[in-house]
Amino acid sequence: MAPGEDLLFSKEHEWVRLEGESATIGITDYAQNALGDIVYVELPKVGATIAQFGNVGVIESVKAVSDLFTPISGEVVEVNAALDGDPAAVNREPYGAGWLLKIRPSNPDEVKSLLSLAEYEKIATD
Amino acid sequence: MPVQYAGILKEHDAVRHRAGLFDLSHMAQFWLSGDMVARWADTLTINAVATMKPLQARYNIFCNEGGGAHDDTIFYRLEHGWLLVVNAANAEKMWKLLNDRLPESGVELENRHGRGALVAIQGPRSVEILKPHVDVDIAALRYYFCTEARVNGIPAIVARTGYTGEDGFELFIDSLDAPEIWNALLRDHRAEGLEPCGLGARDVLRLEAGMPLYGHELTEAITPVQAGLKWALKLEKPEFVGKEALKEQLDIDRYSRIAGLVMEGRAPAREGYQVWHDGRIVGSIRSGSIAPSYGNRSVATALVAPEAAEIGTRLEVEIRGKNHEATVVPLPFYKRAKS
Repeated sequence: MAPGEDLLFSKEHEWVRLEGESATIGITDYAQNALGDIVYVELPKVGATIAQFGNVGVIESVKAVSDLFTPISGEVVEVNAALDGDPAAVNREPYGAGWLLKIRPSNPDEVKSLLSLAEYEKIATD
Repeated sequence: MPVQYAGILKEHDAVRHRAGLFDLSHMAQFWLSGDMVARWADTLTINAVATMKPLQARYNIFCNEGGGAHDDTIFYRLEHGWLLVVNAANAEKMWKLLNDRLPESGVELENRHGRGALVAIQGPRSVEILKPHVDVDIAALRYYFCTEARVNGIPAIVARTGYTGEDGFELFIDSLDAPEIWNALLRDHRAEGLEPCGLGARDVLRLEAGMPLYGHELTEAITPVQAGLKWALKLEKPEFVGKEALKEQLDIDRYSRIAGLVMEGRAPAREGYQVWHDGRIVGSIRSGSIAPSYGNRSVATALVAPEAAEIGTRLEVEIRGKNHEATVVPLPFYKRAKS
């Protein structure tokens, strides 16, 4: 399986991995490459309720500040604390150690509005 | 010049530990000639021009009457004239300023902007990489001196100057020759670690080295005194534009000034963010970045009230509505070990 084939994508360059009651969220390989060296990640607090496509944090590269959006709604159950000391993990492993947050989805229907890897790649590379 | 080639941090690392190659041809080169150049330039700048030795280079600033900076520049004194390098963003303003103040005789100006290219090699391996390409002994060229030479047979002004805090050279060449030199250096030395570097790495390197960037630490409203460049101010010169204002600013000593800040956490402090001290706003960030050569800390320069600029002062930087702690530290953030 190619990296990303088990994931769903948003047009805003985030991915979601659904695993039972939990959904892990990160940014795509395309996004990390476009941002360049990531030096800081600001994430929501555990317990926060977030709305689909809402602004939930920022990702900063050396040169730029970018907003982070969530592809689906839910309650934040965990954030990737390791990124405090190693934000570059988002560059190295955007689909692995560079994950950003885990949420408990509140609306299962929302995933229908997300994209497959093939659909996302078509948008990202246009 | 792009913001980056392989990535800002990778390019930064190359310059600090090996060498980086920069295309700085966007900077404007003016050629000044005639027997009055030094005396005339001394009336328009804060540092001394007339005392420069042949083949010496010197940092200098053109100020307005209020002491604010029109531009910061470098003068290179060659055998038959002077090369003045000004910031790209100020090229038109500076060309007009020089022409408006041209004396009736004794100074001739030539605008080489767009025709004169500038390639810089910066980093500890600069000498060994560049040496085989140049027909003079560049290892013997002193810091802030220059010489006319040939690089791969191409006429060039070779100067031991730079904007990174590392050893290195700047090569002033005709723009038609620039691709050949750029490509030859990368082709022959990439294996030794020479990396093409962009504006992004250059900005981090100069910030760490405590060097001002025009439009940030120096502007028409921020004077060299405020920017911590008193060393370049020669008040013993009889008269020059801005002298009275700068002298008064120094005498009264109540001016807001550029301070170096280290953030408590990793959040980058960006230009324009407000700086707080004891519950009130005392200034704002002028430049900020993660500093790989300063323990990967988040560092910044800020223009702050004098009482907030003392080394060790605890300040706060407002980032997206939340205040983050910072401490005032001496500049520069990085100084290379003397070899």
